Amino acid sequence: MAALNEEQGMIRDQAQSWVAEQSPVKRFREMRDADVEEAFFPETWSAMIEMGWTGIIVPEEYGGLNLGYMTFGIVLEQLGRNLTASPLFASALAGASALVIAGNEDQKQTYLPKVVEGSALVTLAVDEGPRHAPEQTACSATASADGFTLSGSKTFVLEGMAASHLVVLARTSGDAGDETGLSLFLVPADAEGVSRVRIKTMDSRGYANYSFDNVTLGADSLLGQQDQAWDNLQDILDRARAGLGAEMLGTASQAFDMTLDYLKTRKQFGAVIGSFQALGHRAAGLFTEMELTRSCVEAALQAIDAGSDDTAQMCSLSKAKAGDFLHHMSNELIQIHGGIGMTDEFDAGFYLKRARALEAAFGNQAYHRDRYARLLGF
Amino acid sequence: MSEMTAGLEDFRNETRAWLEENFPASLKGKGLEAFGGMEGEGSLSADAELWRQRLADKGWGAPTWPTEYGGGGLTPHQARVVSEEMGKAGAVNPIPALAGMGVTMVGPTILEYGTDDQKERHLPGITSGAIRWCLGYSEPNAGSDLASLSTKAEDKGDYWQVNGQKIWTSGADRSQWCGALVRTDPNAKKRDGISFLMMEMDQPGIETRPIRLISGASPFCETFFNDARAEKSDLLGPLNDGWTVGKRLLQHERASQTGARTPGGGGAQKGLQDIAKDYVGTNANGELADTDLRTRLVEHLMASKAHSLTLGRIAAEAKGKVEVSATASILKNSATSVSQTRSELMLEIMGNQGLGWEGNNFSDKEIGEVQTWLFGKAMSIYGGSFEVQNNIISKNILGLPETTQKG
Repeated sequence: MAALNEEQGMIRDQAQSWVAEQSPVKRFREMRDADVEEAFFPETWSAMIEMGWTGIIVPEEYGGLNLGYMTFGIVLEQLGRNLTASPLFASALAGASALVIAGNEDQKQTYLPKVVEGSALVTLAVDEGPRHAPEQTACSATASADGFTLSGSKTFVLEGMAASHLVVLARTSGDAGDETGLSLFLVPADAEGVSRVRIKTMDSRGYANYSFDNVTLGADSLLGQQDQAWDNLQDILDRARAGLGAEMLGTASQAFDMTLDYLKTRKQFGAVIGSFQALGHRAAGLFTEMELTRSCVEAALQAIDAGSDDTAQMCSLSKAKAGDFLHHMSNELIQIHGGIGMTDEFDAGFYLKRARALEAAFGNQAYHRDRYARLLGF
Repeated sequence: MSEMTAGLEDFRNETRAWLEENFPASLKGKGLEAFGGMEGEGSLSADAELWRQRLADKGWGAPTWPTEYGGGGLTPHQARVVSEEMGKAGAVNPIPALAGMGVTMVGPTILEYGTDDQKERHLPGITSGAIRWCLGYSEPNAGSDLASLSTKAEDKGDYWQVNGQKIWTSGADRSQWCGALVRTDPNAKKRDGISFLMMEMDQPGIETRPIRLISGASPFCETFFNDARAEKSDLLGPLNDGWTVGKRLLQHERASQTGARTPGGGGAQKGLQDIAKDYVGTNANGELADTDLRTRLVEHLMASKAHSLTLGRIAAEAKGKVEVSATASILKNSATSVSQTRSELMLEIMGNQGLGWEGNNFSDKEIGEVQTWLFGKAMSIYGGSFEVQNNIISKNILGLPETTQKG
């Protein structure tokens, strides 16, 4: 753990004890078993709003706390540990980042305070196919008399069933594949012509597919400059990726702790299985990976807060390394637990299923390795 | 700006000014080559000797050691500034290489366990780079299982008489002193009858034979002790508790092996990806033409970045004080893996040009990479093998029970 300042230390302690008391994995299991359409409990969400977490990255003039992404990462790591289901990441990190980065003064004043108080739930609607490929956007917005007309569809929108607003990436010129000609729009989820369908995924979290049938948008719904969304989009996505890196680190760390605990208690052949070198060395390797991963995750969050030139690189590094470690760790979690790991009654499966969803979100390991190479010029 | 940072900035300016005045221009960017490389072979040029002496007088050969023994008395933060400024000036500190195992391992252990007399006799030779130290640890039948060593020292009243054989003694043929683990109580349990002795190498009872390695170089020796002599005053730490002293020294060793060997230490050299583009070529998108290699190369660069970020993070968490701690095992394994992978990729990138041994068909750089690759295989063996480090991590950090095999 990076050397935290006093405020960050307090927030970590707060998150740790809240998660332990109010949101253990048992709560996630209850949510899954109840098949809640929004995929989180309203009381979980209101507790987060009350603790001020929805304002962590929002500037003070819009009602936030302006504590930075490192602080947000500290919270997400704790939530990741116990698989807490909530729209905190989707709205208060990704959605809020879009407004902070691309929004004009009016838009910020109108929407950011609502994000902080939880009356608006803003989420990104970027992907259109099974793979993350924002430059392939085909969903189109054509200029009309007093604004735009939006047509097309979006898939795997995070917290899509609970969202009140979407930040939609749409093509305003050019062809699928072009990085230019893209624009961002803030679209109310209940606007005429917008429809959504719930998707049920293995991680039991909230996703929806959206379609837009000639949705009329006012000129004031454009976030940032028309046709020039690419740079803003990358900045927004990088913040989301760094946040996911922190959540993945938390999820994997908990999987590691569960595994280590099992190695120290499970007995076979008359000895605790952690005394077998074949397993001890695997644990040592996983621990080494975890330490290396933590450095990348924290470096990305710190790079964002410091406005470093290599922020994009650090965010791809974080997403790829955290994805690799979580992938490996979630598989070892099952393998080392043996048969019990295969049962639904035990929690290991939740971690495995969540791992793959987190890996895929906003670019998997392969996506970010390729991007890292391109950023280094090869 | 805090008071401490302001103080550091002043110190940085002073350091820069001192370097401008004292660092011989002829050595700029030459690295350790001007001092006979890592192994410190051959004699020094006049400028190299001048630079060594000036550094020694300043105490910056071992910048954090106490000034009374020839160190610089600097804080870790200040030492870091010195190292950064030397890097920017194209200068290296050759004293750790010239002193063999002195600066990195023996010296810190003497500082911790030595008597005042031992510190006064031994440390100034290390901080000046005048005395090279080797280590007598491994034996033909005591490698990873070091505690089963059998070289013995007998109490002859006013001196210790040493008999036995050590192996993998780095630079033994060029060292003036040796720090050795020897058995002083053959009847005790194997870890309880060991002591740490310091002895002079130039005596009739000690013979060294260099071992030629697969790289062609001979950095290690076999060292034979036949009625060799060590003074009573050169027992380091308590009699028969040399295992504790020796293990502490190994922690210093691991701490010294946590940096990964990466190209462009000074930032001036080409990155691996650019070397790859030269040898392999690019496609129409400017990407490396060999896509399989590209993927593995980017994975390596990410691992390398993760390693250096981890070094920085652990230093920051220790508030600038890089402690010898259990995390050294993680860092040693990670550094080893990054360095070895780099060499493997470098050879693959060079293709047939990466097969060179000697002659004009290959550049010096190409042949150098082959040597580096071959010598790099030792990194996961020496200083506690990859597997031994994993034992340390699982036992000391993770608290897993002792492995079922004896050790």
